[in-house]
Amino acid sequence: MAIPVTEFKWILPEVLLTGWALLLLLIGAFGKGPAASRASGIVSLIGSVSTLACLFCVKGTNFDLFNRLYTVDNYGAFFKATFLIILILITIISLRYARDERIGSGEYYALLMFGVLGMMIMVSSHNFITIFIGLEAMSIAIYILCALLRSNLKSVESSLKYFLLGAFATSFLLYGMALIYGSTGIIDVVELKEYFLMHQPFAPQMFIIGMGLLIVGFGFKIASVPFHMWTPDVYEGAPTSITAYMATGVKAAAFGALVRVFYTALLPFGAVGWTNIIWIIAVLTMSVGNITALVQHDIKRMLAYSSIAHAGYILVAFITGDRELISSVLFYLLVYAFMNIGAFTAVIALGKKGEENTDIDSYAGLGARHPFIALCMSIFLLSLAGIPPLAGFAGKFYVFSAAVKAGYYWLAVIGVLNSVVAVYYYLRVMMYMYFKEPVRELGQINVGPQYGFVMLVCVFALIHMGVFPRMFLMLAGRAVRIFS
Amino acid sequence: MTVMSVPILTFLIFFPLLGAVILLFADRNKPLFIKVFTLVLSIVEFGVSLPLFFFFDDRAKGMQFVEKVPWFPEWGISYFVGIDGISLLLILLTTFLTVICVLCSWKAIEVRVKEYYITFLFLETAMIGTLCALDLVLFYIFWELMLIPMYLLIGIWGGPRRIYAAIKFFLFTMAGSVLMLIAIIALYFLNYRATGVYTFNVLDLYQASIPVVKQYWFFGAFALSFAIKVPMFPLHTWLPDAHTEAPTAGSVILAGVLLKMGTYGFLRFAIPLFPAAAYDAIPLISTLAVIGIIYGALVSMMQPDLKRLIAFSSVSHLGYVMLGMFAFNMQGAEGSIYQMLNHGISTGGLFLVVGMIYERRHTRMIADFGGLARVMPVFATFFMIITLSSIALPGTNGFVGEFLILLGAFKSNMWYGVLATTGVILGAAYMLWMFQRVMFGVVTKEENRKLKDLGKREVLILVTMVFFIILMGVYPKMFFSKMDTSVAQYLSFVKARNAQYRTVGQVPDASAMGKTTVQNLKN
Repeated sequence: MAIPVTEFKWILPEVLLTGWALLLLLIGAFGKGPAASRASGIVSLIGSVSTLACLFCVKGTNFDLFNRLYTVDNYGAFFKATFLIILILITIISLRYARDERIGSGEYYALLMFGVLGMMIMVSSHNFITIFIGLEAMSIAIYILCALLRSNLKSVESSLKYFLLGAFATSFLLYGMALIYGSTGIIDVVELKEYFLMHQPFAPQMFIIGMGLLIVGFGFKIASVPFHMWTPDVYEGAPTSITAYMATGVKAAAFGALVRVFYTALLPFGAVGWTNIIWIIAVLTMSVGNITALVQHDIKRMLAYSSIAHAGYILVAFITGDRELISSVLFYLLVYAFMNIGAFTAVIALGKKGEENTDIDSYAGLGARHPFIALCMSIFLLSLAGIPPLAGFAGKFYVFSAAVKAGYYWLAVIGVLNSVVAVYYYLRVMMYMYFKEPVRELGQINVGPQYGFVMLVCVFALIHMGVFPRMFLMLAGRAVRIFS
Repeated sequence: MTVMSVPILTFLIFFPLLGAVILLFADRNKPLFIKVFTLVLSIVEFGVSLPLFFFFDDRAKGMQFVEKVPWFPEWGISYFVGIDGISLLLILLTTFLTVICVLCSWKAIEVRVKEYYITFLFLETAMIGTLCALDLVLFYIFWELMLIPMYLLIGIWGGPRRIYAAIKFFLFTMAGSVLMLIAIIALYFLNYRATGVYTFNVLDLYQASIPVVKQYWFFGAFALSFAIKVPMFPLHTWLPDAHTEAPTAGSVILAGVLLKMGTYGFLRFAIPLFPAAAYDAIPLISTLAVIGIIYGALVSMMQPDLKRLIAFSSVSHLGYVMLGMFAFNMQGAEGSIYQMLNHGISTGGLFLVVGMIYERRHTRMIADFGGLARVMPVFATFFMIITLSSIALPGTNGFVGEFLILLGAFKSNMWYGVLATTGVILGAAYMLWMFQRVMFGVVTKEENRKLKDLGKREVLILVTMVFFIILMGVYPKMFFSKMDTSVAQYLSFVKARNAQYRTVGQVPDASAMGKTTVQNLKN
């Protein structure tokens, strides 16, 4: 069957991104050494910025393309913009990080782009098959990215771990999709919704199992308890720029697909089926994440557990089943991207080749040694802790508002109490930075324009989105209108 | 009603912040410049707050100097600030004490001077913002914002156990306030379901009809948050640690202003929003207040450390404030507000004098002193006056407040009055005993013989404190006249609302409320 050429203009951002990524592969094939690395970094930056610009041309539309295999709408656009912002920030960090760590040049940036391409596909489809293809495209890119520090044993281990467990999770997801297809004969989420509206109340056993497996598969990608075991090890072992990329991008993409699938098709089942399961998962995720984070001495592991906890907060808004307030999830994910990329950039800035300095002791006395990084890091941590007027507070505020509005008072209370626990370990880092004397001699810190720029962007974004969240919430609100 | 068209409150809130931002770029190797800059800034701030006092229309009901700008209209969040007679005096206290604190840190702070003053200015912004905010979200933001600078003040410039104290302070207060956040959100949606309007405007929410059972929950969440801040017995345990470890200026501002945020929160939010629950909570809160009064006094008596002694005496004094507030009569309420100011001045003053001898001797143990009156006569005089004001000797500010509170307490329930009065006696006992051990007798320790008496800067600080102690003691009318109308209005409003909840079944109809009251409040 012929595909009308006109339809391709709606997926221009994806096409463009693929083009740039392929170009990067070419550069990697023909050029070696630092010059090629710098060139690919700059090409990658131009590519991601131009893709973001292109994205603005297709916003405000709502189309199904290619026999409903692909969807272009505001919801997807919001997520795509988030991914591209993440990509831009990570690329800027990598301009220096990849050079310092001597990570392969062309393929590194190309993989970053392919990963984002996968994420973009994941959030812009109503079709299980397309979602699955996106998920795999993203995952495979990240399996490789994790292992890029070939000489580092931890990096290789983390990649292998992520690959094995990821493969498991993917098969769960696929099995879930297959069972849903098997019980209903439908592979499209919108059709599934119509089917249920017609057959209510009706839930074949096989379908329920399928739905459970979907939750397992997505739960793995968003790192919710009890599918979170891989997170700390992988986050710790992966190159830090990739950790930031995973913690923000993969999580956002997984939530994007999860919300789309569940809010489109399975909302009629909310009351009986999945909310109860996810209610428990949310509480466990928050609590386990926060409590385990309390005892971490490595800052990357601490941030890993904190990212688990944050997934728990987001799940709180997710289970409310409120079609309007689900926008708080989108807002939170955007805010979360800035907080985490900022924090990981600070972590990167403090390390150098071969020596990462991620144990908390190396943060002692940072306030005096390097006030700029300490101040930025404090802002990221305070935002993660949800202290106003930073964006982290606005995010939490809307998430818990959603819970309260839907009547989940206890969940909201558990959530806020959890955030008090979280304050303890975020403050602990601040405490080391400002209250303690350095324990050992640490070399000069060279922030450099790349890291400094990213941190400043994140600080600005957090303050701006915290004080004036309106515009971003409106965008998020417009994005979720597809569910009503 | 705006007396002046200048956005004076916004200026007051953000001027210190602006100063802090400018200081960020100052050269850290010029501490003198930083100190002078901050001092000038805080004096200007105090100067700007004075017109508030003189232009404040003491007969007008409702909020004055109101500014309202929509912030996030779809959610009903606005930048809404305004003051009445209650917040007016507390704002003046804040701007005044900030000047004092800058002065008293002059020599005490030697490390990271720049960061210190930045933190302090930041704190001032948060405090004044909290006192002005009339939008619940705005209030919560400022409320939480106060924690960070205080955490840093204790943690960086504090004593040996500062880290423990700082974290304890942060976690205790934060734990209380997050529950308040949930209550705020719940109240907001409750109001929306009843009226169809999204609003965080506290004056509008005063009119919300809340089922009494829900009021218990909401009041509980608000009261917990405020009670931790006050701090009421048995939630006070963070206070002695924080006070003892904080630098002098930190203790002064903590005692002087931050604790008042708790009591102010009761007056502005917890009680008028949930009057029925507040009335039902009278026995509980009054009992805890009386326990606090007596317990604080008894524990003070046993303290070997001067700062800890004053810290526990704060628990006792704040017990009076709570007792007066929950007497729900004019004497009690006015006495309670007056006592908030008194405590800021007297206890602030006590921390200052302790800070002064600590700078000289680097110890705060009572046992290390004795006979100081012979060595430092000027110091002894000031110390005496401040001690007497803390004991509430007639003629000093403390007397007026405590007397009114006891009147109010007797009027509402005799037994609370009787028990609270024993606290007065205990208070005199521990303060005078402390004073005697530190100042009188022969000089027991050799090191104390050569202590220098006060310098000009220190005399200046204490003279201003003593000036207010006497002024507020002999001419209280000047201050009462500013709050009379507001307090009367507050009380009649709370009483009327409570009566409504009792008579018109569970939930009063908002429209049945006297329209005049609504009008007055919105004014």
